Amino acid sequence: MKYTVTLAIALVLVWLVWSGHYDKPFILLLGAISCAFSLYLSRRMKIVDEEGAPAQLGLRPFLSYAPWLAKEIAKSNWDVTKVILSPQMPMQRNMVTVTAHPKTQLGRVILANSITLTPGTVSVSMEDDQILIHALSFEGAAEDISGNMDRRVQALESRSR
Amino acid sequence: MIWTILTVLSWVFILAGAFFSIIGGIGIVRFPEFFSRLHGGGITDTMGAALIVLGLICLSPSILVAIKLIMILFFLLVTSPSSCHALANSALAQGHWPELDNTGKPESK
Repeated sequence: MKYTVTLAIALVLVWLVWSGHYDKPFILLLGAISCAFSLYLSRRMKIVDEEGAPAQLGLRPFLSYAPWLAKEIAKSNWDVTKVILSPQMPMQRNMVTVTAHPKTQLGRVILANSITLTPGTVSVSMEDDQILIHALSFEGAAEDISGNMDRRVQALESRSR
Repeated sequence: MIWTILTVLSWVFILAGAFFSIIGGIGIVRFPEFFSRLHGGGITDTMGAALIVLGLICLSPSILVAIKLIMILFFLLVTSPSSCHALANSALAQGHWPELDNTGKPESK
């Protein structure tokens, strides 16, 4: 039920923001019908669960996790830029395996995507809870091994239960 | 007055975004092999795209346009690592093991 309500709110908000129509009742009615219809279809497809409409995360991914991730992305962007622009290109390419501690699949996807999103580290393959990472430098790899990102994703999914 | 500040700010953001996009392109050309080239593409995906969209938000005429631009940035940031991972994973699945610079430190599988 919680997930259905979340999805309904998200659909209505998206329709209102993206259409920009607030004064014509007929068009508003069409919007309401299309929201209800897609809600019905997703219920019928049984995709309204903790992955399809992650209500358990709340707004914390945007309020607490995203600003921290943006800071990390800016930092590692600058590191990779320095490598690209230096004449000798001081690379220390290496592959490391990191254990992902988040329990849910959604948490692991968030973690692996965040690792790929920071330049300098790319998650190459993932089996169960082992993420294989290709890193451009030892510092980048060490940052992922230290598990700072891992702890933050865990906090994201654990406080919600 | 506020409009002048916003215009100047958007210029700064867009020029910085263009700078990082070009850096990403240079990186793709300069890096020696496939897996390190992915890192060059990552710069264009994150810093280049984010800064350019940020600059466009400063120029947006209404709040609705700004929200739409933020949503574009959100979807860009969610989908681009997925495609990057798919590329790297399929290269590995085809038996393309990356060149590494160190022999002592890694715990490669």
